[in-house]
Amino acid sequence: MAVTILIPTALRAFTDRKAEVEVEGGTAGEAIAAFAGAYPDIRNHLYDDGGNLRSFINIYVGEKNVKNASGLETPVPDGETVMIVPAIAGGKAPAPDCGARSNDKGRRP
Amino acid sequence: MRILDMVGDTPLLRLDKIAAEVPGIVLSAKAEFCNPSGSVKDRAAKAMLLDGMQKGLLKKGKIILDATSGNTGVAYAMMGAALGHAVTLYMPANANAERKRMLGGYGAHIVYTDPLESSDGAYLAARAAAAADPGVYFYPDQYNNKANALAHYDGTGAEILRQSRITHFVACMGTSGTFTGVAGRLKAHDSAIRAIAVQPDSPLHGIEGTKHMQSTIRPGILDESLIDDVIAVSTEEACAMTRRLAREEGLLVGISSGANVQAALKLARKAPRHSEIVTILCDTGTRYLSDSFWEAET
Repeated sequence: MAVTILIPTALRAFTDRKAEVEVEGGTAGEAIAAFAGAYPDIRNHLYDDGGNLRSFINIYVGEKNVKNASGLETPVPDGETVMIVPAIAGGKAPAPDCGARSNDKGRRP
Repeated sequence: MRILDMVGDTPLLRLDKIAAEVPGIVLSAKAEFCNPSGSVKDRAAKAMLLDGMQKGLLKKGKIILDATSGNTGVAYAMMGAALGHAVTLYMPANANAERKRMLGGYGAHIVYTDPLESSDGAYLAARAAAAADPGVYFYPDQYNNKANALAHYDGTGAEILRQSRITHFVACMGTSGTFTGVAGRLKAHDSAIRAIAVQPDSPLHGIEGTKHMQSTIRPGILDESLIDDVIAVSTEEACAMTRRLAREEGLLVGISSGANVQAALKLARKAPRHSEIVTILCDTGTRYLSDSFWEAET
């Protein structure tokens, strides 16, 4: 079954900046594994050394967090989205418009 | 005394149990959870709001608006209430439940942004809203506001110099205000003091409020010339140290505090004897009680 992986900006450096990709998978776990298979450099960011999905990563099938369903065994209907989100928002800001930065050590900013 | 007067002048706590494996090294941390809203961000928020008032930008009736992944928002919400200003915050929808409830408790208005876009989505939305209605909003822009770093130059950094004989400073970076301000102040006092930045080991991480600088665009206030070294910490290491701090030191703090102490311990293992390493306990752990990492036994 074809499902759409929604990719967080943090991982788009590994997906040619793509925000979503289509993969085959009948469960959330299969879909994420297919995604990691398509982009092998992502594997270490998603899975720990034991091959388990890193604990701070939340997977949503549609609007539902799989932690509140059947975990990685949660079925994914054909055409549904699977979203990868870290449990807590990390910080990332786009380029500021401000001017030159001081390189003088030990000065008040 | 008013609530804003309670910001800063935090204790410096010795972490002797954690430091037991590195004899000859003193490991200490600023107890920033002692700030009135529970995090280090009270310092930056207070400085940016007072700066706005002094410049005539934050006037009666203006709404304080900014992007935040949480702690700065809680600080704005508390201070907005105390100063009589409404507060609107743009926050990624995946910020944790405790923060959302605290912000609601203070009466702040929250606008949720796409969780996939992390804090940059919140930043763009906040910037656009502030630009569309400049007469309505005061927009501190914490990533690019020098008052953020100055709060730590004049406050946190000066306090550390009074409280310790510091040789190394270790801190993670979000806006980089704490790192840039403190490191600048320490190096102005003694250029031999080392400043070590803490980085999440992956662009996809769960160390709240910190930036993975290699994969993100730098905040305007970051002064990279102050960084002597970088230590990477995984989310799993940070969570494990956060548990240790609670169980061995009696300090219930957040995950970024765990990341800071884990990096300080890594540094301590290779630092010369008699080094005095100071880091930051950024916020209280009560903000993370819904997270499952507390359940692990070790």
